Amino acid sequence: MTAKGKIVAVNGNMITVAFDGAVAQNEVGYAVLGDQRLMAEIVRVRGSRCDMQVFDATTDLMVGDTVEFSGELLAAELGPGMLAQVYDGLQNPLADLAKEAAKISKDAEFFLQRGMYLPGLPRDRKWDFHPTAKPGDRVSAGEALGWVTEGIFDNKTMPGHKIMVPFALRGVYTVKEVAKAGDYTVTEDIATLTDANGKDVKVQMMQRWPVKVPIKCFTERLEPTETLETTVRTIDTFFPVAIGGTYCIPGPFGAGKTVLQQTTARYAKVDIVISAACGERAGEVVETLKEFPEIVDPKTGQSLMKRTIIICNTSSMPVASREASVYTAVTLAEYFRQMGLNVLVLADSTSRWAQAMRELSGRLEEIPGEEAFPAYLESRIAAFYERAGRVKLKDGSTGSVTIGGTVSPAGGNFDEPVTQATLKVVGGFHGLSRARSDARRYPAIDPLDSWSHYNSVIEQPRVEKARSILRKGNEVGQMMKVVGEEGTSLEDFTTYLKAEFLDAVYLQQNAFSDSDATTPVARQQVMFDIVEKALLSGYAFKEKDETRKFFMDLQQTFIDWNDKPFDSDEFKSLKATLEKKIEEASNV
Amino acid sequence: MFNNKIYHKIDALSGSVATLRAEGVKYNEIAEIESRAGTSLAQVIKLDGPNVTLQIFAGARGVDTAAKVRFLGETMKVPFSDALLGRAFTGSGVPRDGGPAITENPSPIGQPSVNPAKRIMPNRMVKTNIPMIDLFNSLVISQKLPIFAKAGEPYNDLLARIALQADSDVIVIGGMGLKYDEYLKFRSTLDKSGALAKTVMFVHTAADPTVECKLVPDVSLAVAEKFALQGKDVLVLLTDMTAFADAMKEIAITMEQIPSNRGYPGDLYSQLAARYEKAVDFDGAGSITILAVTTMPGDDVTHPVPDNTGYITEGQFYLRNGRIEPFGSLSRLKQQVNKGVDKFVEVDGKRVNINKTREDHRTIMDAMIKLYAQYKETIEKQSMGFKMSAWDQKLLKYGAMFEEKMMDLSVNIDLIDALDLGWQILADCFDRTEVGIPSKLSDKFWPKKG
Ligand SMILES: Nc1ncnc2c1ncn2[C@@H]1O[C@H](COP(=O)(O)OP(=O)(O)OP(=O)(O)O)[C@@H](O)[C@H]1O
Ligand SMILES: [Mg+2]
Repeated sequence: MTAKGKIVAVNGNMITVAFDGAVAQNEVGYAVLGDQRLMAEIVRVRGSRCDMQVFDATTDLMVGDTVEFSGELLAAELGPGMLAQVYDGLQNPLADLAKEAAKISKDAEFFLQRGMYLPGLPRDRKWDFHPTAKPGDRVSAGEALGWVTEGIFDNKTMPGHKIMVPFALRGVYTVKEVAKAGDYTVTEDIATLTDANGKDVKVQMMQRWPVKVPIKCFTERLEPTETLETTVRTIDTFFPVAIGGTYCIPGPFGAGKTVLQQTTARYAKVDIVISAACGERAGEVVETLKEFPEIVDPKTGQSLMKRTIIICNTSSMPVASREASVYTAVTLAEYFRQMGLNVLVLADSTSRWAQAMRELSGRLEEIPGEEAFPAYLESRIAAFYERAGRVKLKDGSTGSVTIGGTVSPAGGNFDEPVTQATLKVVGGFHGLSRARSDARRYPAIDPLDSWSHYNSVIEQPRVEKARSILRKGNEVGQMMKVVGEEGTSLEDFTTYLKAEFLDAVYLQQNAFSDSDATTPVARQQVMFDIVEKALLSGYAFKEKDETRKFFMDLQQTFIDWNDKPFDSDEFKSLKATLEKKIEEASNV
Repeated sequence: MFNNKIYHKIDALSGSVATLRAEGVKYNEIAEIESRAGTSLAQVIKLDGPNVTLQIFAGARGVDTAAKVRFLGETMKVPFSDALLGRAFTGSGVPRDGGPAITENPSPIGQPSVNPAKRIMPNRMVKTNIPMIDLFNSLVISQKLPIFAKAGEPYNDLLARIALQADSDVIVIGGMGLKYDEYLKFRSTLDKSGALAKTVMFVHTAADPTVECKLVPDVSLAVAEKFALQGKDVLVLLTDMTAFADAMKEIAITMEQIPSNRGYPGDLYSQLAARYEKAVDFDGAGSITILAVTTMPGDDVTHPVPDNTGYITEGQFYLRNGRIEPFGSLSRLKQQVNKGVDKFVEVDGKRVNINKTREDHRTIMDAMIKLYAQYKETIEKQSMGFKMSAWDQKLLKYGAMFEEKMMDLSVNIDLIDALDLGWQILADCFDRTEVGIPSKLSDKFWPKKG
């Protein structure tokens, strides 16, 4: 029996509802407004009243209006049909919304219509189901019953899209019947399972899962030891991300958080990327939306969009669904992880999600914490990143969810609640600096402040050595501001130039240059060898100007080298030139 | 359900907010309040059991507890027709220019956001002939971009200059806390250039009620949206958005909302974004470009208003000492128009190369700023009295040339000329290997000596 209620108060996107019957925290209900039903979620229950955040504008609601409860928590639909989709925070497919709205009027097509919700998975599409389970098999939640082909999951270069025992089923079941190979929609029965008490359960390709609850159908969590190849040099070499790890990118506005995430979404060596555009600009999503279908993913030879899902709840879309959007994203990621895939979730920006919580908390008149954020901010952030991880699945394979979130601190000052709470829980910190972005030193990841607990693609001692030169060079640079160039020893000055060289040719990487935007690990290793040679050599110069000239020339050659296709003849010949230049100038 | 009931008893008054008991009232609907102070519109901003909270557009001053309140059963609307062009109104749509009231086609303001799936990638550059914009931070149709400046900078002049250069179909000006003189100046500038006939102005002056200030962006953008849906390219100028944010702050404080940062409400970001995100290039209709002014209290870019704005807009022009600063200024859409590869599309029947300005554009843009950053460091060293090295000398020469020939706002040259000028400045100051430019470009563009 689901409960019914009446609105007693409206304040912004928050309604207070007096109800009869039983309701649950986070249960979904609908405020009835004429022929529209506005979706809402219970965020607090007190006695026979509950507060609900409405996922749409509350304009025109009145005291006394009816609310119908659904008896279900806010859930995502999981199954074939999610790849290449662009969803809002509640998993409504945006393209379908436009088509549906076009039925109202020509102009309506352009806008998100209030109270219009469409299924996350297409209902009419048929998928070629191939059973793998047999009657009599003993199965439990998350184990495969069969597979379908979907896009890159063609069962050739990549495995098929696994159809699994619904995650919500508890205990062990016996397969009673499996559908024969053939075409089915996501709502048709494809298997009958019998539980320990002999009760039959019908299973479809689609299952629903409450987004705020982690999916836990695995046998154990594994340590994230393997580097996730982003092909961004600073990251992979100096501040690596691990498969199944977590990291954050805080930075002031315009410092390059989104560009860094877009580059990662494009080039990272993972199976699936889920981008959650959370409370940011619609235009940025459009870039991904229009560009990705035209880019070929070298791994699959198919369009990059086919490994991508976009959850798009941009800043002017309802703030309550913004709060939900990051959960929707990570739930979809966990679903694919259950198939033994490596999934990368990119959330831009987690600060907007935190602000959505703050707006909600303010309307609930909760006691505010620092900067008016709710007291539970830290635990929510921790719980979100905790959903990342590398896991061993029931069939012995491994899958992973990696989470990278941007943080947009007020005033660009990292000493604020969201950044601080995030830094406590992530394994990598890519702090962007305003000074670097102003000087167009992209990516603006601060090479001195940033850190990572994960493994680099270069041996750790070598990385440390390079970093120590960076640090020393920076100190010399600071000192030169006080004592001038003439007060600096030639040795110190050379260290300074070495650090600048490392920065210019290795750390800096132009995301908008076709040749520079991506550096696969194999190339990074060759590049690092040369850079290292230049850093570790002693030089026989007598004059500072002479030294500067040498490094500028080396830099120029290196920049030209960066332009050449990997392992081409030109590449090899310029590499030899670089080695020769360093050798000739060195004093040993 | 239309509620025609009239109420005569207000229970509480504070700031611009009134509370009364009423039935059958819809959230966000408009009411009319008649009192000794005159007649004003008001909007329902809270419902709590029988209590209705109203925000009075003209403010609560002089409103008495026996004022007559009539609920109109609908939300705030703005009239729409071509007759708006050439006219000026207040924030609540009352004519400001002595002309007749316009009542046609009332359309609701603050409509839902555009479906991202119905946007296209912006790709049409707005040529301003200001090198600091065209070369370093190109403005693009459908961009949302504020000018950050402290009070006293000539931001409204810059706004007007860009507006006149940009070849848009309709200009909508939303003035907030505008001085009356500034309003008149806008009018006369547009008039002189003949652009007034395609302009509609919604102006709140410093002397008008606060709530009207808050309405200006919504009203302006609702009108802009209507024109854009007709296929027009609309340019919206909003000045000054800090006044808008301050109006929100004032109202939030009277509502006893918990402030998040320096008194501003916690939803400042969402509120600003709801307005700026109206900037759009529709897939199958026109466009809205938003150029705004955000004055920075205390010249502090970390102040909540410029800070939140920077996180929302697609870059900003940082106006300081009458010049657009290379640092801090940014156009996030510039890379959409300077890709350096050909891509032709039909625009108004003409074939236009949308991606490409010239292949060296991006490189010159980055290289010159990187060197200018080094120049700034040298200036610092020089001010400490250090000896200038040969390299420092080169940077000093470069910095001076850059400021004079590129940064000065009186410079008015075409982008291609600005690119050539860029190479010339580099060649005048440096050797080819000193500027960090790939050889394949300098082979082609580096000016020959003599
Ligand atoms: N790696 C890069 N290479 C070249 N240019 C870059 C790079 N990263 C950033 N930029 C430049 O900086 C601009 C701003 O970057 P981006 O939009 O990623 O900032 P952001 O940190 O996400 O800002 P916000 O917090 O406001 O969203 C880009 O539009 C681009 O011009
Ligand atoms: Mg961003």
